[in-house]
Amino acid sequence: MSAVKSLEDLRRVKEEELERRKARAASSRAQITVGMGTCGIAAGARETMQTILEAIEDENLGDIIVSQTGCVGLCEWDPIVEVAIGQEPKVTYGKVSPEKAKAIMREHIMESKIIRKYVIPAYA
Amino acid sequence: MKPIRSLVLVSSDPESIGRGAQEVHRRLQRAIEAADLENEVVVSMVGDVGRHDALPMVIIYPEATIYGPVTPENVPFLVEEHLVERRIAAGLEASTRELSGRIAWLSARRGTLPAEQRIVLARAGLIDPENVEDYIVHDGYEALAKALTEMTPAEVINEIGKSGLKGRGGAGFPTGMKWRFVSQTDDYPKYIICNADESEPGTFKDRLILEGDPHSVIEAMAIAGYAVGANEGYIYIRGEYVLAQERLATAISQARQMGFLGETIFGSDFSFDIHIHAGAGAYICGEETALIESIEGKRGEPRSRPPYPTTHGLWGKPSVVNNVETIVNVPPIIQHGAAWYRRFGTSNSPGTKVYTILGNVNVTGLIEVPMGITLREVIAIYGKGMQDGASLKLAQTGGSSGSIVPASLQDTPLDFDSYARAGVSLGSGALLICNEDTCVVDLAKVSLNFFKRESCGKCTPCRVGTQRAYQILTAISEGVGTQQDLDDLQMLSENLTEFSHCGLGQTASVPIRDVFRHFRAEVDAHVQLKVCPAGACPMSGQLAKAA
Ligand SMILES: Cc1cc2nc3c(=O)[nH]c(=O)nc-3n(C[C@H](O)[C@H](O)[C@H](O)COP(=O)(O)O)c2cc1C
Repeated sequence: MSAVKSLEDLRRVKEEELERRKARAASSRAQITVGMGTCGIAAGARETMQTILEAIEDENLGDIIVSQTGCVGLCEWDPIVEVAIGQEPKVTYGKVSPEKAKAIMREHIMESKIIRKYVIPAYA
Repeated sequence: MKPIRSLVLVSSDPESIGRGAQEVHRRLQRAIEAADLENEVVVSMVGDVGRHDALPMVIIYPEATIYGPVTPENVPFLVEEHLVERRIAAGLEASTRELSGRIAWLSARRGTLPAEQRIVLARAGLIDPENVEDYIVHDGYEALAKALTEMTPAEVINEIGKSGLKGRGGAGFPTGMKWRFVSQTDDYPKYIICNADESEPGTFKDRLILEGDPHSVIEAMAIAGYAVGANEGYIYIRGEYVLAQERLATAISQARQMGFLGETIFGSDFSFDIHIHAGAGAYICGEETALIESIEGKRGEPRSRPPYPTTHGLWGKPSVVNNVETIVNVPPIIQHGAAWYRRFGTSNSPGTKVYTILGNVNVTGLIEVPMGITLREVIAIYGKGMQDGASLKLAQTGGSSGSIVPASLQDTPLDFDSYARAGVSLGSGALLICNEDTCVVDLAKVSLNFFKRESCGKCTPCRVGTQRAYQILTAISEGVGTQQDLDDLQMLSENLTEFSHCGLGQTASVPIRDVFRHFRAEVDAHVQLKVCPAGACPMSGQLAKAA
């Protein structure tokens, strides 16, 4: 990280980062995001995250980006996991236990089949 | 929980009943069953809807369309048009007095996730809070760059003033004015303090802002520092908020490395740095002067005001104290301008408000809504209706020191002015929704239990008053309360308001005052009939030992 000394610097850092992200997105097949606010963690998000990371290791899935985020507001549905395959719209799963996380990795990530019954209803 | 598509409410105050509301309700149910919609549409009687010009009224959510007066004969047409064809049932709408702007905003949100149309929570739940690049990619630090390179401090303060931003920590004080007071003194050094002590029961909005978007607090504090001429900031954070502290510490060190904190920020001659100060679990330390005492290493007791922290704050120097949510509004205002900000909310309370919604609703959680939305809308749209179709009895806004808002006020817009006019307050950001099984004596007792434990003991009215009020409420809830107790409680409540040294004691009286004002008959039933109408109080006939 280099020091940002002007507005131009900031814009450049932003552009470079956007480029990096584009390149990374192009070389990765899927992006998984886990909600890790206190509400998510209290509902078991750490275990869910752990399960996802283990599945990636077990199956040797090198082309998947996993990241964390804060609370999106749907605390009732924690732990929340978002999955985006390529350019497809994000799918948001709710109450994702380690078992459900395993199923999502197996069906959605490996076979590109969305598990409808775990998806948070659109207008939740 | 079943996925409800529509919520249909029928007014059922005495006048509506007299005009056939029950028959309207019955026919609605029948028509909805006939249309095979009973799994998607919930019909419910809601008592007094707060408007009496076109009764009986039928209000359909999430569109929040208001129909009235509706006769039983209108029902088939209404159901066919609105619920089957999804059009407005022409000719049946009530006049949209006072309602148009708010409702338009809400219907634009249909089918969207709550993350849209957010200001304060724009990035929470979207970015990785431990990744500064994520923040930058989502426009982070652009407002600070703009302020430092394109605006004078006076222009920054003017913009905040023009935006109409008011404090979200409870008191609703105009932020621009507070900053101007601090900028106008020649006494240096000055300090920016971010109040992250958040200890009201049921509030956790600041926590989730800090955990989800810590850099926004840093950026906002730096802008505030530039505006008033401060080079040092403190975040006073509740001790239990461990994850928030860790993420803040990470964010601060990233900001230092990248030059967003430190010397000559963005090539200007402005320097700024931030310290984290963790509280040790006392509610009183959220009060701004007790908070300052606590940072100074003293016992957390409130100071006399005036002088105010704007002139005599930390180490006796001019200080801005702002709530987390308040200050996080600053970068978007600087970035997009005051006029943009004023497009949200109402003219006297612009912007949004973040709430934690809890209690007897189907969905609890963290929400950001425009100022001026009504409680009914919040419950229907964000809470997805009352649990088990129960009716609303009251809501407690903003933790124990907020107001007890009876169901009859559920159509009062949630903004500073409308609430003040109705004699209630918004509080600091929790909405505890209670159904008919809630006993008001019990609620007041629980609130007073909190205040008696948290009273710092500095002044007698609060130290003794909260204790006595709790004892009396306990006696009433055990069925041994007397008429004298009620008179004493009334007096205690007035004395707490009048004579307490700080806001803690002054607001400790609020639950008592509100319960007397709105639910006097229910309190009297406990004392005169020895009955708890809600069936919640023990009413053992014995005085429990006061804790
Ligand atoms: C007993 C008591 C507790 C308070 N606790 C908090 C708190 O936890 N967080 C907060 O922001 N303000 C709290 N306040 C209000 C602060 O004194 C102060 O008004 C506020 O931090 C100002 O910020 P604002 O103008 O941004 O709202 C409390 C006040 C009292 C009397």
